[in-house]
Amino acid sequence: MDECGLVTIELTLNGGCVRLEVDPGERLLDTLRDRLGLKGTKEGCGEGECGACTVLMDGVPVNSCLVPIVQARGKRIETIESVDRAQLSALLDSGATQCGACTPGVVMSAAWVMQHPELLHTHGLRELMAGNLCRCTGYDGIIGGLAAAIEAGLARKSEGEG
Amino acid sequence: MRSSRRREGISKLTGQERYVDDLTVEGCWWGMTARSPVARGRIREIRFGRGVDWSEFVVVDHRDIPGANQVRLIELDQPVLASDRVRHVHEPVVLVAHRSRQMCRRAIREIEIVVDPEPAVLDYRIKPTPEQIQYGPDNVFKHLRIEKGDVDRALASAAHVIEGVYETGAQEHVYLEPQGMIAGEEDGVLVVRGSMQCPYYVLNALMHALGRDESHVRVVQTPTGGGFGGKEDFPSNLAVHAALLALKSGRPIKMIYDRSEDMGSTTKRHPSLVRHRSGVDSQGRLVAQDIEMTIDGGAYVTLSPVVLSRGIIHAAGPYACENVRIVGRAVLSNSVPFGAFRGFGAPQSQFANERHMDRIARTIGMDPAELRRRNLIRDGQTTSTGQVISDGTDRVEVLERALCRSGYAQKKEECVSFNAAHPYLRRGVGLAAFYHGSGFTGSGEVYLSSCVDVAGLEDGRIEIRTANTEIGQGTLTIFATIAAERLGLDESQIVIAEPDTARVPNSGPTVASRTAMVVGRLIERACDDLRRTLGLSEADTGQRLRDAIMKWWAEHPDTEPVGHARYESPPGVLWDDQTYRGDAYAAFAWATHVAEVEVDLRTFATRVVGFWAVQEVGRVINQTLARGQIQGGVVQAIGWALMEDCVWDDGAMANAQLTNYIIPTACDVPSIDVEFLENPYPHGAMGAKGIGELPMDGPAPAIVNAVVDALGVEASAIPLTPERLMELVTHG
Repeated sequence: MDECGLVTIELTLNGGCVRLEVDPGERLLDTLRDRLGLKGTKEGCGEGECGACTVLMDGVPVNSCLVPIVQARGKRIETIESVDRAQLSALLDSGATQCGACTPGVVMSAAWVMQHPELLHTHGLRELMAGNLCRCTGYDGIIGGLAAAIEAGLARKSEGEG
Repeated sequence: MRSSRRREGISKLTGQERYVDDLTVEGCWWGMTARSPVARGRIREIRFGRGVDWSEFVVVDHRDIPGANQVRLIELDQPVLASDRVRHVHEPVVLVAHRSRQMCRRAIREIEIVVDPEPAVLDYRIKPTPEQIQYGPDNVFKHLRIEKGDVDRALASAAHVIEGVYETGAQEHVYLEPQGMIAGEEDGVLVVRGSMQCPYYVLNALMHALGRDESHVRVVQTPTGGGFGGKEDFPSNLAVHAALLALKSGRPIKMIYDRSEDMGSTTKRHPSLVRHRSGVDSQGRLVAQDIEMTIDGGAYVTLSPVVLSRGIIHAAGPYACENVRIVGRAVLSNSVPFGAFRGFGAPQSQFANERHMDRIARTIGMDPAELRRRNLIRDGQTTSTGQVISDGTDRVEVLERALCRSGYAQKKEECVSFNAAHPYLRRGVGLAAFYHGSGFTGSGEVYLSSCVDVAGLEDGRIEIRTANTEIGQGTLTIFATIAAERLGLDESQIVIAEPDTARVPNSGPTVASRTAMVVGRLIERACDDLRRTLGLSEADTGQRLRDAIMKWWAEHPDTEPVGHARYESPPGVLWDDQTYRGDAYAAFAWATHVAEVEVDLRTFATRVVGFWAVQEVGRVINQTLARGQIQGGVVQAIGWALMEDCVWDDGAMANAQLTNYIIPTACDVPSIDVEFLENPYPHGAMGAKGIGELPMDGPAPAIVNAVVDALGVEASAIPLTPERLMELVTHG
């Protein structure tokens, strides 16, 4: 820690290495938004309840408002900016987004579920998505879109195998 | 029917959409608010602690307001910043600005607002003492009355008279994007950008408080992360606050509420208390409805008179009854002002009415569906205000479709055998039949006199200019579809202007389920007017229209071709504000919703396990968006019915955070089954009626009716939390 109270940390952000001077008490959410200008991640409640600020840390969804930046040291962080828009058409067609404030968090949780289809052996989609509050859609648009995206992903996979 | 993709959908899904908090403004400082610690009192002193260097801050109080210290709305009783007295906890008193948000937080903690308390009204249901009077002679903001026929005589001769009292609680909007504004002066013009539903409401409030004319104020809506009414009236307050700090500091100011400040200090749904006394004949027909509705207005008048108005007009439900008396009161309490929230009084009054219909059914031993079937209004019959309904919709068919789709009759039987067999789970089925008036009440749309412009751009595209906002409901997509359909163009040829009061006419607020029906219709008429301006006929569409626009620009390089439209009431719609008689709304949407619930007698938790929503909303312009409105509204109403409980402690919301103010997650609700019956409305865009608020009206009574069906207890107040249900079941 230098005399200003800043510490240097390194992390992998959306596939690239990042080295930062940060206040150790800073929230990962603020580092992303204010230091790095990645405004896609939203703050909905600041207390880990709504999931709007969800990012993936070493592949697992976390509320970035609850992660002190020092805990992200050496970790792999993926934000909404890393998501391939080609994967989003099922969510778009199903009406998964309305006002859009919860949406980046929803998409990150959905990305996690899609990367881990084995989760569906033990959990339902509604349970897996329960960490993301949405006040507009009533969730059918989100759950329906995610189910369609998973199905399309499986179809692509079986075509590839075939 | 086309179902176009949401225009800004990809931008939202990829996180590219830029909300007010995402905007970076050079030299911008943060603004924050110091608030009243008590519900009512006289401000004795404001102390500024020594924990910060005040020379680094800009501080604003009521003395810095250049115009009137009033938030301009229906009445002018709410101050922008309290001067000598406060009327609710968290009432704004002092504003501070600093370059660092952290320093602002520290400064707010250093400000002590010393208030000598005065007797506060903490329960709106209790008659105030003389020391508690703060408005008029009796703290009543508004009295309203509807009279039809002779209620007393009809009650005296009715076969059965059934009484009931019903209560609903406050509800927090929980738009996922909190309130936020940026204000700054640009070339002598004060520009405010922020999250809002109604740019012209904000503009009017700024002009009034700053003492500026329209040419020196400009309001721009930024993409808005949900509103539900919470961004109808409140943004005016925040915009004026940000503007005051900007003017005093000479810098742009950003004010973004965090969640607890937002929940603690902004408006909520009005709590309500409704009494019913109904007379029915031996056949189960309603012969008299005697209804008293009281709503808690909170500390200032804000929108309470019009919430009360919509509340009482919907209070008798979609039924034919020749003798109706409805008395409404909006009263003061020393809580945060209650404001607009999806449904605007109608969910409260129809919760009472649809619970009461079930009570009538139980009392006279009739199936609740049959009671409604006998009483639903038929074409040619009149509502409580004497409005003749003749839209051609078969309201009984709406009911039958909902019964059929949900398997209502079979489910009822299954529940009985399930309940007999299961040790601790109880299932029940309930329904609600209801309606919602589209657009402003009574002569409201005539007074608004909304305007829309449609311009032909130099490149041949069409620009739609309205002040109506995209808040998640799909305004951008719907407007593009309406104009493209009218002009025979591809939607890619339609540009929707940013809601910027310097560029768009006042097409009225984005409220009251009016955007698609009323403003959409104005877009159609402005499109027709554009064709007239270009010398075209209504048959001229597509390429011919584009050619005419290009030709116009070649001939008139300095003047753009613009079509205008101003609101005109559909023929035959007449309303009398004095007597509350006549056509309360140009059109109504009609619905029946059915809920199936399961109650766990170990925890008293109620789960909605099935939900079916059938509605007639005119023509559906976009299936995906319309279904999303219904499903989202139903889930918001499930929260209101079962879990969303504002806990009050000396006038303050004690649970102003999402940790203990619980809204439904994906796991708490079932898939919502939706069916639309479409009966095109000739005076709405493409045949549409209003849709946004309708789904807030029916689910709560349908769910509570289902709980009553499951347990046989007369639940009459929401939210029906496990605690409240346990009390009912164990103590009656």
